[in-house]
Amino acid sequence: MTPRERTRTTDLIKTTAFLAGLAPLAWLSARALGGGLGANPVETITHFTGDWTLRLLLLTLTASPLRGISGWQWPLQLRRMLGLYTFFYACLHATTYFVLDLELDLGGLAEDVAKRPYITVGFTAFVLLIPLAATSTRRMIKRLGRHWQRLHRAVYAIGVLGVLHYLWLVKADLREPLLYAAALLLLLGWRVYRRVLVPRLNAAARARAASA
Amino acid sequence: MLIRRSATLAPSEITPRALFEQRRLFLKAGAATAAAALLPNLPARAGDRLAGVVKTPYDPGEPPTPLADVTRYNNFYEFGTGKEDPARNAGRLRTRPWSVTVEGHCERPGRYDLEDVLRWAPLEERIYRLRCVEAWSMVVPWVGLPLAAVLAHVQPTAQAKYVAFETLFDPEQMPGQNRSILDWPYREGLRMDEALHPLTLLAVGLYGEVLPNQNGAPLRLVVPWKYGFKSIKSIVRLRLVETVPETTWNRMQPDEYGFYANVNPAVDHPRWSQKRERRIGDLFKRDTLPFNGYAEQVAALYGGMDLKRYY
Repeated sequence: MTPRERTRTTDLIKTTAFLAGLAPLAWLSARALGGGLGANPVETITHFTGDWTLRLLLLTLTASPLRGISGWQWPLQLRRMLGLYTFFYACLHATTYFVLDLELDLGGLAEDVAKRPYITVGFTAFVLLIPLAATSTRRMIKRLGRHWQRLHRAVYAIGVLGVLHYLWLVKADLREPLLYAAALLLLLGWRVYRRVLVPRLNAAARARAASA
Repeated sequence: MLIRRSATLAPSEITPRALFEQRRLFLKAGAATAAAALLPNLPARAGDRLAGVVKTPYDPGEPPTPLADVTRYNNFYEFGTGKEDPARNAGRLRTRPWSVTVEGHCERPGRYDLEDVLRWAPLEERIYRLRCVEAWSMVVPWVGLPLAAVLAHVQPTAQAKYVAFETLFDPEQMPGQNRSILDWPYREGLRMDEALHPLTLLAVGLYGEVLPNQNGAPLRLVVPWKYGFKSIKSIVRLRLVETVPETTWNRMQPDEYGFYANVNPAVDHPRWSQKRERRIGDLFKRDTLPFNGYAEQVAALYGGMDLKRYY
C-alpha cells in the first residue's frame, strides 16, 4: 500500500466507525418517534444509554489489546473516537437521569450521590470521564506530554466503577452485569499480563541465560 | 380342569375404612360436580369477558393505565426478569383447571377448585392505584373478590395470626424458575387484620376481562396500600399460620424489602428514594402518598408501630 492508499483506508475506517457510533442514538430516536419505547420510556432511555456507554467503554479498552495481538494499527486510530463516543452516551445517560428522573433537583442529586453506592460510583465514573474527554485533542496530548498517559490511565478506574454501577443497581438477575464484568476482567487482565508478567518472565529468562 | 379361587381376599383388596366412610362425601361431591356442569362455565381464557361483575365505589378518580401498558410492563420473574418478558413468555402457563390448597389453622382446610372459590362471593370491579417498589405506578381496574370472603369460607381458628401465600412452582410452565434468581416458589404473607381488610382483593381479572397470564392469572393478590411485590401472583396455596411467614424478597434482601412493605414516601429503599413515583404514561414524577393514598382506610392497622423500623 502506498502512503496515500493507507490514508484513504484509514479515512474509510474512521468514517464507518463515526457513523456506527451514531447508530444506537439513531435507533433510539427512531423508536421514540414511532412510540416504541415501551410503557416506561424514561426507563428505556436510561437503560439504553447506560448499556451503550458501557459497551463503548469496553470497546475503547479493546483497541490496545487488539493492536497488540494482531499487529494492526487501525484499532489505535479509532481509540479516541470510541472514547469520545463513550463520553457522548454517558452524557445522554446522565442528562436523562438528571433532567427526567431528578427533574433538575440538585439536592436530590447530592442525596443520591451520598446515600446510594451505585449512584456514587456511577457519578464518579462520569466525572472522571470529563477531563479525559477535555484532553483528547492533539494539542492537549502534546501539551501534557507524559502526564497525558498518566491521566488517561483513569479509564481503568472508570471501567471498574462503570461495571460496579451496573452490578449494584440490579435487583436479582446478575447475568448481564457479570458478563460486562467478565469482559472488563479479560481486558484488564491482558494488560497486567503484558506489563507485569511478560517483563518478569523475560527477566527470569535473561537471568537463566546469563547464569548458564 | 377346575380353577379354584381362593375365598380369602388379599389385604390390598380391602377398601380402607376411612375411604369407605367417605363414600357419602364422594357421592355428594359427585352431585355437586354434576350440578356445576349444568352451570355455564366461567370463562377461562385471558381476555374473555367476565360476567356479573358488580361495580363498586372503589375508584381513585384517576385515569386508568391503558390495558396495553398494564399487560406488557410486568415484574413476574417466573417468566423472566425483563419488564416485557412476562408478556412474551407467560403463554405456557395453564390456568385451568386450577386449584388452591388451604392449610393450617382453619376449620375447613382442603384443596379448592378455583371455580368453587369464585362462587363464594360476587365478583367486584375495583379501581386501585398500584405502586411498585421500583418507584413507578399504575391505576388498574381489577376484578376479584375480597380475600375476607375466602377466609370467611375456610374459617381461620384463633391460632391463625398470619396468612401465607405461595405461587405455583412448575419450571415447565414458568421457565424463569429454571434458574434460581429467587428462592422459588415465590412466597408472600399478610397479617390477619391486613388479610381481612376490605381493600384486600383476590383478583381474577382486569378491565372486565379474565386476567392475562403475565398479570398473575388465574388468581392473584392485590393489596393496594403496599408495594406491588406483596401482591403475589398465580396463587396455589394459602396457609393460616401463627407466626410471621417467610416471604421471598424479605428473605433475599431484608434491608431492602420489609415484611410490611407499606408504601411510605418517608422510608427510602436503600438504593433509591421512595418520595416520588413515575405514573406509567407520565414523563415527570409525582409525589408518592403515604399508604399509596389509602391512609384513611388502613393507617389505623399500624397505630403505635414505628413504620421506619417495620418498613
